Amino acid sequence: MNENVLSRGLPAKTGDWLHYFANPGRFLRFVQPILPWAGGVSLILTVVGIVWGYQFAPADWEQGDAARIMYVHVPAAWVAMSGYAMLAVCSLFSIVWRHPLADIAAEEIGPVGAGFTFVCLVSGSLWGKPMWGAYWVWDARLTSVLILFFLYLGHIALIRAFDNKAHGYRAASILALAGAINLPIIVYSVQWWNTLHQGNTISISGGAKIYVTMLYPLLVSTLGFYLSFLTMVCARIAAAVCERKTASALLAAAERE
Amino acid sequence: MMNNWPFINGAYGVTVIFLAGAAWLSFARYRRAISRLKQAETL
Repeated sequence: MNENVLSRGLPAKTGDWLHYFANPGRFLRFVQPILPWAGGVSLILTVVGIVWGYQFAPADWEQGDAARIMYVHVPAAWVAMSGYAMLAVCSLFSIVWRHPLADIAAEEIGPVGAGFTFVCLVSGSLWGKPMWGAYWVWDARLTSVLILFFLYLGHIALIRAFDNKAHGYRAASILALAGAINLPIIVYSVQWWNTLHQGNTISISGGAKIYVTMLYPLLVSTLGFYLSFLTMVCARIAAAVCERKTASALLAAAERE
Repeated sequence: MMNNWPFINGAYGVTVIFLAGAAWLSFARYRRAISRLKQAETL
């Protein structure tokens, strides 16, 4: 950070705040006691959301029981997009501040985010067959989510493709930041183009177009999916930090002998 | 009318298998990493 920025005060404080939380050891101390609780709560919310949607939520007047796929498809889609946004933010931190924790987080978000994107694509495809008569159509929403899946796969491959890890982190960060342009395309694809995929049922600004008997299980399932994603990513980051510490401890022990 | 339940069961099945598998893999790796770190620190 340059002296002009430091002398202004606020950005320097922002930088201090970022550096404080980006310390791998501090992250480990913060996350370790939370992980069992987060795992338990995410399990309960996910199970309740899935069972509620599958068994107890009412069938849609038009789509019938096929609308139940919404309770896994929509949360998976939201988590897939949010996960990629997190990946892009970590990549920005990696490029601008060179935080080692941002690199580790980006490496661990990729596989989990790709999994949720895969679930979104498969569940959407299984909804499409009875509703549209086809498992797949080259619709703007479907195609942009497929591109998101490929971006995740590209990031997973690129970050592990170099013998020098730093080169992998830098190349993958650039890919993640460039790929972030796909996120608004996914969100607005149903408005910008005439798509077979239906428009947004729920939006932050426009409220919900579904009744509470369907909205509540969807929100519980969404909360469960988000918490599951965050718990899995935090467990993987903590494991990666421990693996690096183990490698350092073994190296130090070998040098002592 | 088409029977939708095989498609619903398939979508829920894929989701549950993914969530259970990913969670199990993540926590198994976490526990393994913690125990290996404890072993390495005693050296």
